[in-house]
Amino acid sequence: MGHDDVVVIDDVGLDGLIGALREAGFEPAGPVVRDGAIVPGAIRGVGDLPRGWHDRQAPGHYRLVHSDDRRYFAWAVGPASWKAAVFPPVQEVWRAWERDGALVVSEPPVAGAPMAVIGARPCELAALAVLDGVLGRPPVADPGYETRRERAFLVVVDCAEPGGSCFCTSMGTGPAAADGFDLALTELDDEAGHRFLVRAGTDRGARVLSALATRPATDAELGAREDLLERARAAMGRSLDTDDLPGLLARNLEHPRWDEVAARCLACGNCTSVCPTCFCSDVRDTTDVTGEVRRTRTWASCFDLDHSYLHGNAVRSSTRARYRQWMTHKLSTWWDQFGMSGCVGCGRCITWCPVGIDLTEEAAAIRASDGTFGPGSTAAGAPTGSARVAP
Amino acid sequence: MIRRDVAEVVTAHPLLSGLPAPIIEELAGCARNVAFEAGALLLVEGSPADTFYLLRRGRVAIEVRSPVRGPLVIETTGPGDVVGWSWMVPPYRSQFDARALEPVGAVALDAVCLRTKAAADPSVGYLLLQRVSAVLIDRLQATRLRLLDLYEAPLAR
Amino acid sequence: MRPVLHRVVDRRRESDDVVTLALEPQGGRPWPFRAGQFHMLSAFGVGEAAISVSSPPGDAPVVEHTVRDVGPVTHAMCTAPPGTLVGVRGPFGTDWGIEGAAGDVVVAAGGIGLAPLRGAIHQLLASPRVERVFVVVGARSPAQVMFGEDLEVWATRGARVAVTVDVADRGWRGHVGLVTSLLGPLEYDPARTSALVCGPEIMMRFTARALLDRGVEPSRIRISLERNMQCGLGWCGHCQLGPLLLCRDGPVVTYDGAVPGLLLERER
Repeated sequence: MGHDDVVVIDDVGLDGLIGALREAGFEPAGPVVRDGAIVPGAIRGVGDLPRGWHDRQAPGHYRLVHSDDRRYFAWAVGPASWKAAVFPPVQEVWRAWERDGALVVSEPPVAGAPMAVIGARPCELAALAVLDGVLGRPPVADPGYETRRERAFLVVVDCAEPGGSCFCTSMGTGPAAADGFDLALTELDDEAGHRFLVRAGTDRGARVLSALATRPATDAELGAREDLLERARAAMGRSLDTDDLPGLLARNLEHPRWDEVAARCLACGNCTSVCPTCFCSDVRDTTDVTGEVRRTRTWASCFDLDHSYLHGNAVRSSTRARYRQWMTHKLSTWWDQFGMSGCVGCGRCITWCPVGIDLTEEAAAIRASDGTFGPGSTAAGAPTGSARVAP
Repeated sequence: MIRRDVAEVVTAHPLLSGLPAPIIEELAGCARNVAFEAGALLLVEGSPADTFYLLRRGRVAIEVRSPVRGPLVIETTGPGDVVGWSWMVPPYRSQFDARALEPVGAVALDAVCLRTKAAADPSVGYLLLQRVSAVLIDRLQATRLRLLDLYEAPLAR
Repeated sequence: MRPVLHRVVDRRRESDDVVTLALEPQGGRPWPFRAGQFHMLSAFGVGEAAISVSSPPGDAPVVEHTVRDVGPVTHAMCTAPPGTLVGVRGPFGTDWGIEGAAGDVVVAAGGIGLAPLRGAIHQLLASPRVERVFVVVGARSPAQVMFGEDLEVWATRGARVAVTVDVADRGWRGHVGLVTSLLGPLEYDPARTSALVCGPEIMMRFTARALLDRGVEPSRIRISLERNMQCGLGWCGHCQLGPLLLCRDGPVVTYDGAVPGLLLERER
């Protein structure tokens, strides 16, 4: 990255960027404070951004605190990711009605103006790349997803204040924005003032940037960015040992730890609601009084009993089986299915679990007694031991 | 001469094939060739279990009689199978009917003779028991699976 | 995800709770598919279900699906009179790989598992590279044996066909016993045999084991797996079975590699 590639704007410049994107036909959206949390919302300018707000996160814990900090992005992640912008929680798939004795089936167009996201996190861009691998995967890509995804303008901000549940360094998704953005910002506030370093990641990002009043970044500013990222890496609340993690879980499907976590898990599905990569959906038909049939696709959770419904029964009837499905999918079988990890290390599932279940802790517990309980193990008391003897 | 024929037939049956010749000779001493017309009963429920059949050709149904549903076929057996094992343990009484579904050729082993030889030479008894156990286990496992109502009742799982 | 309208042109009862529907695309001919693939069938206003195609690939004017009445959608399908419009999407998933079949082929079906195999058997009997076709079928009772006419046709075309039921009265002249008991006497050459197995998972497991014990290569045993399928496109996540997305990686998978462990995995 040469000097010329990185330019500097102040908060007036950021406000101008938001305005320029609106004029270019985008609907600007960004983090806003609502109901005690930082969540995605429509924004008109920098005044809507969560300036001075910080989030305090821990397993089962999230609180906002305010200070006289001038920064807009001095927090980690809120409960809602930008997933909903490209994959709406409820989508109409088609509707069908009868006209002159014939059945008409009609698919709705992708609604709304393209979105400009101001202030996504690097882990959230990584999550979009994961969703691309699922819903944007050729030859059968979800057309609605593809359309929303392609036209969204993404402005990412390097993470300066990771939360107590964050482990993006373990997953290689942060705290620095590496790719997948139109523009990337680094928010600096030091004796030289409050300002943003800006890099373009795409041609259209560069075009938008070239219309703004900027100056090149100094060596000192680039150094300040490195320092900021180094501090962020050191401040990660959690870590996850990813060494052979898919294999570790695959060979420990009968580990007693699954029973322990199942005893705590409420199967509420909060983790799947807040996860930026969970993509499961239900497809349901409804009929109104006029006889019009509507098929909708709605976010679904593998913690629901019906998720694995087959001929009148749930295949995964226990909480143990459902937690294990969720966690092994994220960290292990996602690799088999899509060639990548399904977890980006944002920590939302930890923070928003009402009983504070921490998947990094669960994985570590399994690793600590790896091989003791798996199939083929001869350990006394292994759950599979007696079953294996029976003919 | 007849004895030799029976020994050959006994050797050829999957139940006993590969056993040492002296043991086959011993067991052949209890054997005779038998034939049944279609519909004939090889075993009758409640009657003394005095015969152990090694089927050579034709199929045999294991049946149980029900006043409401008539005779029900529990299992069919065919060439290479065995019929009857109630002869092995007291009270030596057949638990089911065994009916020829078509013309059947079999080796009939006399149960008293087998039991006597097994008692006299436990090594003969052991080998015989080992072979019969393999068949028993196989059929028990198949029966267990059929108890599941495998094909039809996912709702009742 | 938009279904193509098809009209029910024929409905045939196969057993108490199973019917075969012949569907004709409105104003067109059926699209190509391969034996073992499935369609998502919509009963308008009720919902959608994944159903295997049960007719052979070819240029027939209709495409057939054999449906068992187990839930709201399949109930609507099973009671849909000729003339009813239904929605069809697909075809989805993997197939039985008939193009590569040669030598001896053992086809083992349990219950409604014969439906996804029906087209495959037709094709096997027409394949010049396939020498012998053995068809073994297990059903709960004689009344539950499906495709009776097909079984006879296949036998006259050279297939060795055997049917067994779990229990029967004396009117039944066929076998009584587990479907695996039909495999023992078959004179296939394990070294040159491939197998297609479809039925409940337990049945497929035991059938596969019986074939493996005889020396059939695990890579040449194909089974058809089923899970909740809601999209057919790999988007909805419901049909996961460990590393597999069954609408994409299945329903037909080979027994080697991932499958033996999967079938024993305690998902519950």
